[in-house]
Amino acid sequence: MVYYFNFDPVWRGFGKLLDGLALGLEMAVVSLLAGTLIGIVCAHARLSSSALVRRAVWSYVEFIRNSPILLLIFFVYFGLPEVGIYSLDKYQSFVLTLSIYAGAYLTEVFRVGLVSVPVRYVEAAKAIGLRPFQRQIYVVFPVLFRIVLPSLSNNLISLFKDTSLATAIAVPELTFEAREINTYTFRVIETWLVASGLYLATCYAIAFALRLVERRYAVIR
Amino acid sequence: MHKRFGRTEVLKGVSLDIPRGEVLGIIGSSGSGKTTFLRCINLLEEYEVGTIELDGQAIGYRMIAGRRKRLRESEISDQRAEIGMVFQSFNLFPHMTVEQNIMLGLTKVRRMPSAAARTLAGAWLDRVGLTDKRDLYPYQLSGGQQQRVAIARAVAMEPKLMLLDEVTSALDPELVGEVLNVIRGLAHSGMTMLVVSHEMHFVRDIATRVVFMEGGRIAEEGPPGEILMRPRSARLVSFLNRFHGTGSQPAG
Repeated sequence: MVYYFNFDPVWRGFGKLLDGLALGLEMAVVSLLAGTLIGIVCAHARLSSSALVRRAVWSYVEFIRNSPILLLIFFVYFGLPEVGIYSLDKYQSFVLTLSIYAGAYLTEVFRVGLVSVPVRYVEAAKAIGLRPFQRQIYVVFPVLFRIVLPSLSNNLISLFKDTSLATAIAVPELTFEAREINTYTFRVIETWLVASGLYLATCYAIAFALRLVERRYAVIR
Repeated sequence: MHKRFGRTEVLKGVSLDIPRGEVLGIIGSSGSGKTTFLRCINLLEEYEVGTIELDGQAIGYRMIAGRRKRLRESEISDQRAEIGMVFQSFNLFPHMTVEQNIMLGLTKVRRMPSAAARTLAGAWLDRVGLTDKRDLYPYQLSGGQQQRVAIARAVAMEPKLMLLDEVTSALDPELVGEVLNVIRGLAHSGMTMLVVSHEMHFVRDIATRVVFMEGGRIAEEGPPGEILMRPRSARLVSFLNRFHGTGSQPAG
C-alpha cells in the first residue's frame, strides 16, 4: 500500500492552526499565573498551624491530583450551569478548570520550595529589622521564585499540552482546529503530523526561553 | 545597657551588664551556649526566663499584668533594627548585589531615600575595602569578602549594639585577617560589640572584657589579659590549651 502525501489542504488551513496555537498558549499562561497565585496561598495554608486549614488544602490537592483532567473539565463545564451558574463561557470555564488543576500541582511545588528557602536568609532579614511582610516580599519570594523556576517551566509545558483537552468542549485551540481540517479534507496523517510538529516546536521554544530566564536568575549557589 | 537572662536548658542563668562602647569577647567550647546566648539577644531564639534591656528598654518580652508576653512581631522587628548581627555563614541575600544587600535595610527599615542609602552603602563599602565589588552578587565573592559585606550591611544601620557570631569560623585561614581588621576598626570607633570567637589572639586584642562560658553558665569573666593569660579554673586552662600559642598558663 502506498500513501501519497498531500499537505496542501493543511497549509490552506495553517492560519487557523496558528490561531489555535496562540489560544492554547494564552490559556496555558493565564492558568499558570492563576495557578501560581492559588499555589502560593495554598502552600502557606499547607504549612499553617491550623490543622483544619491544612486538611482542607490537602483534600483539594489530593482530589485534583487523583482525578482525570478531562473529568474536571466536564465537571466544571456541564456542572456549573446545573447549579445555576451560567455566566462562564467555554473559554472561561476551561481556564478556570485548568487554573484549579494547575493550582493543586503548584501547591506542592511551592510547599516544597518554601520549605527549602534557607532559614539563614530569613534570619538575616530578621536581623536587619525587616518586618514579617517585608521579609516575605524582599527575601523569601525572590529566593523561592528562583528555587521553583524549573518546576514552573515544566508546568507551563504540561499545561500547554493539556489545552488540547479543551477540544472536548469545542474550544477552538490547535487540536480542535486540526480535527476540523482532518474532518473536511481527510488528510489524516498530514494534519496530525503538522499539528504534532507545532506542539513539539512550541514546547521546545518554551523550554528554551525559560532556560534563558533560569540562567539569568540562577544566582543562588 | 543591662541584661539579665536565664534559661533552663541551654542557658542556666547568664547575667551580664554591658556598658556602651564595650567590646565583650565570649569564648567557650561548642555547646557551651555562647551562640544561643547571642541569638537570644535579638530574638532569633526564644527564651523562657529572664529579661534583656537595651538602653533601658525591655527587648522581646513585656510584663503585662504580671504575665510575660512576647511583643508583637513588628515591635520586635523595630528592636532588631537597633541590634546588628553578623553570622558565621555570612547570610548575604543571594539574589541581591553587594550594594542592594546593604541598601535593603536602609531603604525599607530606616526609610532612607535610595540615593542617600546608596551613598551610605558606598561609604561603608569603601571602609571595608570593597568599592569595586559593589555590583557583584554574593556568589561571585570570596568568603572573606562576603563577610565584610555582611559587616557593612549590619553597621550601616547604625545599631546600638553589634552581635558577631563566630564570624571567621567558616573562612579559609588566609581570609580571616581581612575580616578581623574590619572588626578591629569598628572596635576602635567605639561600637558596642558582643564577639563570640575562637580566635583567641583576636579576642585578646580587641576585647575590653572576656567571658568564658561553660555548660550554659558564665564560668569566668574579667579583662582579657587576666582571663586569657592567668585563667583560674581548670576548665578554662584546658580550653585555652587547645588553642596553641595563646600563652596561657595557670596562675601561680
